[in-house]
Amino acid sequence: MTYEVSGQPAVELQGVHCVFGAGAREVRAVDGVDLAIAPGEFFTLLGPSGSGKTTVLRMVGGFTLPTAGRILIGGEEVTHRPPYARPVNTVFQDYALFPHMSIADNVAYGLMVRGVAKAERRQRAAEMLALVQLQGAGERRPAQLSGGQRQRVALARALINRPQLLLLDEPLGALDLKLREQMQTELKALQRQLGITFVFVTHDQHEALSMSDRIGVFHAGRLAQVGTPQAIYDRPATRFVAQFVGAANLLDGDAARHFTGHASAMLRPERIRLGQADGARASGTVAEVQYFGAFTRVKVWAAGLAGVQLQADLPPGAVAIEPGTTTHLHWDAAAVHALAPAAA
Amino acid sequence: MTSAGGAAMNAAMALPAAGARPTLRRRVSDLLYTRRGLLLLALLVPPLLWFGVVYVGSLLVLLANAFWGLDDFTGQVVREFTLKNFAALAEGANVDVALRTVAMATAVTLASIVLAFPLAYHMARHARGAAKAALYVAVMLPLWSSYLVRLYAWKLLLAKEGAVSWLAAQLHMTWALEALLGIPGLGGQSLSFSTLGTFIVFVYLWLPFMVLPIQAAIERIPGSLIEASSDLGAGPATTLRRVILPLALPGIAAGSIFTFSLTLGDYIVPQVIGDSTMYIGQVVYLQQGTAGNVPFAAAFSLVPILVIGVYLWLARRLGAFDAL
Repeated sequence: MTYEVSGQPAVELQGVHCVFGAGAREVRAVDGVDLAIAPGEFFTLLGPSGSGKTTVLRMVGGFTLPTAGRILIGGEEVTHRPPYARPVNTVFQDYALFPHMSIADNVAYGLMVRGVAKAERRQRAAEMLALVQLQGAGERRPAQLSGGQRQRVALARALINRPQLLLLDEPLGALDLKLREQMQTELKALQRQLGITFVFVTHDQHEALSMSDRIGVFHAGRLAQVGTPQAIYDRPATRFVAQFVGAANLLDGDAARHFTGHASAMLRPERIRLGQADGARASGTVAEVQYFGAFTRVKVWAAGLAGVQLQADLPPGAVAIEPGTTTHLHWDAAAVHALAPAAA
Repeated sequence: MTSAGGAAMNAAMALPAAGARPTLRRRVSDLLYTRRGLLLLALLVPPLLWFGVVYVGSLLVLLANAFWGLDDFTGQVVREFTLKNFAALAEGANVDVALRTVAMATAVTLASIVLAFPLAYHMARHARGAAKAALYVAVMLPLWSSYLVRLYAWKLLLAKEGAVSWLAAQLHMTWALEALLGIPGLGGQSLSFSTLGTFIVFVYLWLPFMVLPIQAAIERIPGSLIEASSDLGAGPATTLRRVILPLALPGIAAGSIFTFSLTLGDYIVPQVIGDSTMYIGQVVYLQQGTAGNVPFAAAFSLVPILVIGVYLWLARRLGAFDAL
């Protein structure tokens, strides 16, 4: 399934800029973003903190207004509309549940402000709570729930208005690892079931790779690359993307020419194998061995190239190896991905 | 080894010799560390004595006084149980005083809420840096000068020849001021001799006590709650009513306890600014002073305590403290 956005995009950003402050303290949080997201897509905005991903989400939600550019939702321009006039709902990072209301009232809030009758409100709130597997929690208060449960309530509350578009601002950031993995699976399943467009903000590359149909990688207020998880991982457009998503051996200058024939290139550590001196693409002295359980990371000083270290992630059961020994590295030519030279 | 290192070593070796017999200071600190209750006791006894004996004690004496009588001939306090004082309270003139005072306190409280809320909201959510500091100072500044100075300043402002009248004349609004002063029960010959004047000065005096708790309550509301409300389709008015007001209610309740009880007990403001109608504080002041009827003054001063008790109970019933 590809998401070449043809026809009406669910969300469209055209030349969007967002500048905070002025003069010396001016911050260009978003510095020219063009993006189209297809209906039904699970689209992730990935980037380090301060890269502009959250600001883009907030501009789509209407909480922050762009300094320049246009934002369209379902083909309709909403650039300067307040949040309550947009067909969009948001799951906030801190969940933002109303502490003075019961869980049922929290979930039904969107219906209440639209004047839906009480009986229907109750019924639909109960349905939404069942959808997120929180049947019977309606009478409780937010303070009585665990972090994971609050997360589900926030999701139910955001979905009850049946938005065209659901925005999720690092919704899993506050959960512990096990719960986060479980919620990742559930979120993805829920998105497929409902068919709503999800725009998901995260700084966690694993989360982005495992959940998304497409990813937009942010760097310094701009989109460095937009593509499927495979494209982002295997064929990163820039050095930044190569480094930010997954581990990477970045080769420049002599090392790049020597090993790959390109001016600048990337080689994923898990594509490197240890082997015989015969036919080895590189040899060197082992600097460090780190055990990670699922793989073992070996760092090797490349012979004949001062200061060049290659990193190989070896599967379990590979040859035992000690720091200080000499080893030989092999990889397929196809594993090398050429990058634009560092100067660019 | 360097000389500095040697000196440090010597000092380190000298320590155990000096510490062979623990100093008094060391023993006291060990004792306080092992028996935590002792420290707590030492810290709490002075305030508890102050609060328990001086404050609660005098309140109890007040309560007891309310059940004593006055010898009509000698004017001496008779320490025998009687309900005479409370019977006197139920007389028409005294009931009027109590009702007038409660009405004034309620009006002052409501006006303070209406004036304080937007200011407090702005201070909590929008003002930043120097502007925020300036607003704080502006709200607090009146509290740095004497209450009496501010009171007499208002007397001049509200007087017939005062700044308010002058301003009304300049704006060709004298007719409006006169219409206002013509309202029976509120007006009078000038603002400084009217119930309206009393009300204005009360609101001025107690406003900071309303602004600060509301501001603190609004500051505690996470911005994301307001965004979430808007995100779910609520316009600004609905967000105010459904999210901000309920969460600010503990602050409003705290502020209103200040404005309400300060107005209930005050006896100077209505004496300086106002017509000659009496308020609870004035009656208490006159009864215990000029009239020398301490038991009746005591009985009357229980009225504000009772009213505040009822008020708090009502506020609790209405859920004012649910969001705490």
